[in-house]
Amino acid sequence: MTLRIRADIVAKILEQSRAEYPDECCGVILGPEGSDSAVELKPMINAAHSPTFYEFDSKDLLALYRELDEKSKEIVVVYHSHTETQAYPSRTDIAYASEPNAHYVLVSTRKEIAPETEFRSYRIIDGEVTEEPVEIITTP
Amino acid sequence: MSSSTSSAEIEVRIPTILRPYTKGEKLVTAEASDLKGLITALDARYAGLGERLLENNELRRFINIYINDEDVRFMGSLAATLKAGDSVTILPAVAGGCK
Repeated sequence: MTLRIRADIVAKILEQSRAEYPDECCGVILGPEGSDSAVELKPMINAAHSPTFYEFDSKDLLALYRELDEKSKEIVVVYHSHTETQAYPSRTDIAYASEPNAHYVLVSTRKEIAPETEFRSYRIIDGEVTEEPVEIITTP
Repeated sequence: MSSSTSSAEIEVRIPTILRPYTKGEKLVTAEASDLKGLITALDARYAGLGERLLENNELRRFINIYINDEDVRFMGSLAATLKAGDSVTILPAVAGGCK
């Protein structure tokens, strides 16, 4: 399955990953329930404040899921940055991936291989990782 | 039958990833007077669910459980008490990292 995502949302995620460097940045993109449509960018605070780990703050997490319930939205994308390694899910990412319906987006800010930053998307289901194409939509 | 603590019926919200244990149910109920008892009651009805929440009799590090709006880690974890009308929400942490 292809992740279709607006260019301005991609740009904002890359901007966030650079702004929070050397820490990993994280967030979600929401859409209407059942739509698989990534329309509403919601940057989250990395409560771990770490270059090697990210975790949503527990209160923010509850607030996020309450919002999903109340407004019939779903998490379409869960994203985070890797600061020094490639944009591929780590063992930790796979172990904690808990949204089988979400696209897991990874961006990497490591300079030696990605001067423009990598932006890649995966499905992570029952510990199995499948990379998927990303279609960036530019609207006039 | 009387006991020192009275059990109350508690509403529990189950996250997507654990719904295979509850036959797809998003909202279930169980009777308990504290969180440990609640998890025991849930596991009795939905075999295997307890193991996804506990490790060595402690709450798993990457499972968040809330009583109403409060993270149970600030309420005594498994000893957190429950009363009638309380609502429990289980959410796996959204976490990861480069390692």
